[in-house]
Amino acid sequence: MDLNAFADGFALVTEPHNMLYCLIGVLIGMLIGVLPGLGPSATIAILLPIVYSVDPVSAIIMLAGIYYGAQYGGTITSVLLRLPGEASTVVTVFDGFALARQGKAGTALGIAAIGSFVGATVSIVIMTLVAPVVAGWALDFGPQEYAALALLGVLLVATIGSGNTVKALIAATIGLLLATVGQDKFTGAERFTFGSLELQGGLDFVIVAMGLFGVGEILYNLEERHGKAHVPAKVSNVWPSRKDLRQSSGAIGRGSVIGFGLGVLPGGGAVMSSLAAYATEKRISKHPERFGRGAVEGVAAPETANNAAATSSFIPLLTLGIPANASMAMLFAALLVLNVQPGPQLIEERPDVFWGVVNSMYLGNLILLMLSIPLVGLFVRILLVRPAILAPLTALITILGVYTINNSTFDIFVMVVFGIIGYLMKKAGFEPGPMVLAFVLGLILEDNVRRSLIIENGDPLGLVTRPISGVIFAAFLLVALWPAAKLVFRRRKAPAVAPADRDHTTV
Amino acid sequence: MTMSDERAPRPESGEPDILAELQAEVAEELAEERPPAGGPAYQVVGALVTLAVGVGGTVLSYGYGLGTLRKPGAGMWPFVVSLLITALSLALLVGGRQLADSERFTRSSLLPAIGILTFLGLGALMPAVGFEIPSLLLCVIWLRFLGGETWRSTILVSVGAVAAFYFLFLYGLGIPLPHLF
Repeated sequence: MDLNAFADGFALVTEPHNMLYCLIGVLIGMLIGVLPGLGPSATIAILLPIVYSVDPVSAIIMLAGIYYGAQYGGTITSVLLRLPGEASTVVTVFDGFALARQGKAGTALGIAAIGSFVGATVSIVIMTLVAPVVAGWALDFGPQEYAALALLGVLLVATIGSGNTVKALIAATIGLLLATVGQDKFTGAERFTFGSLELQGGLDFVIVAMGLFGVGEILYNLEERHGKAHVPAKVSNVWPSRKDLRQSSGAIGRGSVIGFGLGVLPGGGAVMSSLAAYATEKRISKHPERFGRGAVEGVAAPETANNAAATSSFIPLLTLGIPANASMAMLFAALLVLNVQPGPQLIEERPDVFWGVVNSMYLGNLILLMLSIPLVGLFVRILLVRPAILAPLTALITILGVYTINNSTFDIFVMVVFGIIGYLMKKAGFEPGPMVLAFVLGLILEDNVRRSLIIENGDPLGLVTRPISGVIFAAFLLVALWPAAKLVFRRRKAPAVAPADRDHTTV
Repeated sequence: MTMSDERAPRPESGEPDILAELQAEVAEELAEERPPAGGPAYQVVGALVTLAVGVGGTVLSYGYGLGTLRKPGAGMWPFVVSLLITALSLALLVGGRQLADSERFTRSSLLPAIGILTFLGLGALMPAVGFEIPSLLLCVIWLRFLGGETWRSTILVSVGAVAAFYFLFLYGLGIPLPHLF
């Protein structure tokens, strides 16, 4: 690891304006985490135009802060209102709200904040050590490896995410198709432009994402909004007792590891890891019946894991140039806008961006730990602001923001079209996430598949016969065939109980 | 019964169950606030739309020229992708009718429809008359008619918001939005 670059990164982060952007980012993150409705990917999408007018490092520091800050904010509503602000804090509801009802809301929030901080910090430390190694290793990757990685990424995002797998795969493949709109880089032929000059350069990812995530979610919330007032539980004594800390220390440790591991996987991220960490605690607990009735570990584990995962999901983006989830896809877009190509060369070519972002997370999490406890009261009061008042403000930010990118009203209309698509997708049970992610990966994927075919003289098997790409493809097949395998196992399990037991040991 | 006794000392055999249970619980938690499911008609329409995308994509990309594997044409990649969309949509059409993940359109679906119109209106009017008046109108419509706010808070918030955006974009960020004043 280049210690000088690491230290320079810290110097950069502690510059006053970067600290300010970090603070703004985590505050916005906490805020949208508290408010049900807009998630981190939608918020980052809406704020993407800002990167056109701010210095690259500051912009990325801020947008990254939104993502991990949201993990902290979501906890507050889960505990106090039984209303998860984020999908990754849904499991926190079970024990967090139970604790709140026993008058121990403060304990739950305190443990969650400490767990979040520990999980994130452990994750950043590992990332600091591991990311340069991965990047160095990935420098040898050729188009075959990138094609394989991108393909695995699309598949994992579609299969691991919530919801129906076939629908997620359809959304992802349509995302791949959208990426082909415009002039073909290799032959110069126009594809799916229908004679439009504006479409010749392809669909702008920022505008598509703002539409699908931002406008889509704004429209959806407009319909789903329920005008009920929330009365949060009282919060007193936020500092957990020594007994609580002792009880949850194991959960925090395991949550950090689980979160880090699952966060690196494409499609894994914060949601999956919070579930896995909670399940682990419940499984190894001597008294699993306590879970759901106010077990401190039931708050500590998922909160630690979702923050660890939110942090480690930066690794594939910063070292391979492959975004692991929708929010990372937004950051990928932001980097491209700033003319920074994410990938293994990033750490060498733009150490300021790489170490600036990584090191800003140390600072950001410290800020979050310090803010989240004293500011709980303030954030609770923000919940009293009616959604009806926030909705037109987000709508205006989105429209004016997208206009400023190219000073073009055509962009507004493209965004609205994708907003309508995003809204209708949600109504029909399709998640827009895989589509946006596949759109990003689609650009990488087609490019690298075609390059590989040219290198391998038209032999598609050449894609899988190199050692690294072969391993990635093996993983791809495993993921693709897993549901089928599970189905077979389940069928075998159905007629008799005995073989099922054997299956468990073999799986 | 003997089976379950055997299993007791090996808690890890319960692993998939806890996770599956948890996922079901989470889904339930999230579903609580959702409107009623749309039913088979929604699923069929959804699948038909994506099928049309797939078929359309296949036909168009075939027209762009497939080339050979050695020298792939412009249409090769979108052709393969479109075929996948088509196959997956057919699978959804056949097997997905009973899914419960769609949401019925209700009277309140009119709200997003009006919202879309205000977006388009702002986009169309901004180059002609500047952003201030259309933005103000958008705020008033969203607050008073879509959000059911009182006139008092509608006026306060919309005037405040437009003023804030005016200073933020024109002075704070130095971005030249088309403006009247």
